[in-house]
Amino acid sequence: MPDATRSLQDQQGPYFGDFGGRFVPEALIAALDELEAEYRKAVVDPTFQEELARLHREYTGRPNPLTEVPRFAEHAGGARVFLKREDLNHTGSHKINNVLGQALLVKRMGKKRVIAETGAGQHGVATATAAALMDLECVVYMGEEDTERQALNVARMRLLGATVVPVTIGSRTLKDAINEALRDWVANVDTTHYLLGTVTGPHPFPEMVRDFHRIIGEEARAQILDRIGRLPDALAACVGGGSNALGLFNAFLDDKDVALYGFEAGGEGVPTGKHAARFSGGAPGVLHGARSYLMQDEDGQTLPSHSISAGLDYPSVGPAHSWLHDLGRATYEPVTDVEAMEAFRLLCRTEGIIPAIESAHALAGALRIGREAQAAGKEDTVILVNLSGRGDKDVATAARWFDLIDADTVVDGEGSSL
Amino acid sequence: MSGTVGGVRAPHATSARIDELAAEGRAALIGYLPVGYPSVEGTVQAATALVESGVDIIELGLPYTDPVMDGPVIQRAVEHALAGGTRVRDVFTAVEAVAALGVPVLVMTYWNPVLRYGVEAFARDLAAAGGAGLITADLIPDEAGEWIAAADAHGLDKVFLVAPSSTPERLRLTAAASRGFVYAASTMGVTGVRAEVGSRAEELVAATRAAGGEHVCVGLGVSTAAQAAQVGRYADGVIVGSAFVRPLLGDEPWEERLENLRTVTRDLAEGVRTARAGDGTTGQVTA
Repeated sequence: MPDATRSLQDQQGPYFGDFGGRFVPEALIAALDELEAEYRKAVVDPTFQEELARLHREYTGRPNPLTEVPRFAEHAGGARVFLKREDLNHTGSHKINNVLGQALLVKRMGKKRVIAETGAGQHGVATATAAALMDLECVVYMGEEDTERQALNVARMRLLGATVVPVTIGSRTLKDAINEALRDWVANVDTTHYLLGTVTGPHPFPEMVRDFHRIIGEEARAQILDRIGRLPDALAACVGGGSNALGLFNAFLDDKDVALYGFEAGGEGVPTGKHAARFSGGAPGVLHGARSYLMQDEDGQTLPSHSISAGLDYPSVGPAHSWLHDLGRATYEPVTDVEAMEAFRLLCRTEGIIPAIESAHALAGALRIGREAQAAGKEDTVILVNLSGRGDKDVATAARWFDLIDADTVVDGEGSSL
Repeated sequence: MSGTVGGVRAPHATSARIDELAAEGRAALIGYLPVGYPSVEGTVQAATALVESGVDIIELGLPYTDPVMDGPVIQRAVEHALAGGTRVRDVFTAVEAVAALGVPVLVMTYWNPVLRYGVEAFARDLAAAGGAGLITADLIPDEAGEWIAAADAHGLDKVFLVAPSSTPERLRLTAAASRGFVYAASTMGVTGVRAEVGSRAEELVAATRAAGGEHVCVGLGVSTAAQAAQVGRYADGVIVGSAFVRPLLGDEPWEERLENLRTVTRDLAEGVRTARAGDGTTGQVTA
């Protein structure tokens, strides 16, 4: 049960209802305690908050705009659709919000080295960026399969001075990158901070990362009130680990009339088993330090996830989402690769905005919400979508998906001539 | 040997065995093998080779997809075990067979497979198989309420870990929650073969005893007789994993790999047996 003395948006770890906790080796507990203590000091330290606010303003480019997309919305059953433009942040996604906050904490703790995991490469790029800015050594673990499908982001991280380590064990994707990062952290915890990129992991990460992203929802809530004079009917966000979704949802959690929708990777369809729809095909379990919904077999072995989008290709989900799911406060639905790519192309063609494929899952979800509202006879529906990232990194994938490469173009490897 | 009779587990077999060995003037040698590498039957054969060559307590690993506390050697073996279709129930089969050899058998596991099986059901079936208890790599006492209750109900050992980073307060908490022994990680890191056992291990053992730990065994990175002798001088037990798994990973015929395992085991067994004798050198091995 939630802590009744706190609003939903101010819940604190280690537990969100039945979810969360610290299921990690004892060797990491001292570092987690240190991190939590430093974080609790920083949040009430005006110097820390002012420095973070300055970076948001002068480095990231916050506040980013809220963009209404009427030509896209014509396909959404007559709803009005607004996009929160996290794609316009420096480094191209929401990930920078959390990375700057944690990097400032690293400086406060006096550590010199950061490690990170990355799936699509967005968090790795953001971490490499903050490490360059703040003069920290940076090592990024990335599943070998992801280094291949996101080769441009690997190059970006290396340009920024980071070491990228392809992980060749297990399923060679995000979950295995996190395993390797945890092994590194256990061995080097005295000098190293694990700059975890989403609202998963052991306490205090789920709470702390949520707090570094709550600015998304706080800005969006003020912007939509200013624009239309009321709150939206629904929010839509994609959910991998769930940081952009929780960042958007958080400011609206106590607004009971705002429906919250998280869209997971339905991959090739939930019945095929090739997906990352934890709330449709998973059950509560423990992975990477937290109890949450998890794709697992009957022996508790982690099942491989699947998605066209590397950033949603993760078998578990942040514990706060499991809590919101079980409370009935948020609804989680799968969006297939096909639906996401159709929404991806639609936004490109109707609005001149190329979204990240991750965010395209939220766009597809918004189309669904709008059409369902129309079918239910509702009018004047307003949907606010978190456009969590831009699609530059996905151009090669999209070109292959839509067969956009001329036959006589010589393509070097995985579309790198693009 | 005491502790088990015909595969039927006596309560507290692990600590009883450690006390017996202490009376003989030496530390216990505890050997790890992952169940299912190269097969469940192969694991039992390898465990038999360990016991015949001087290992006192067996630790059977439940293979898991995400072993964050394990280095490359054990990862490889575990990946193979899972690819070969090893199931949780196979662990109970292996426990029963190895316990029949008359040694205490602990299961080393990550938490999710136990959670999925059902904590109470797992404790019941482990006890029924003659298992002595669990070593839980990613479960701290703070999160272990359900397991502690089930272990107490079934008289099972609860082996929790301490690390060089553990505060005195956490050492007390962990020592109080543990039964069988406290597993002291010799170094900050994952399992694997290392040139040296961490210098912080001896201090950690002393601190854990001061915090109330009755038996403290040291693991992570012990792979040679000299290291075993060194650790055996101050710890109640020497835990060896990767050094026992490595000889089994080769391409040689299985019988040859078992023979290589016996050679490695005899060497380490000699190490713990000479640790507290005379000047403490093994006499056979130069580090």
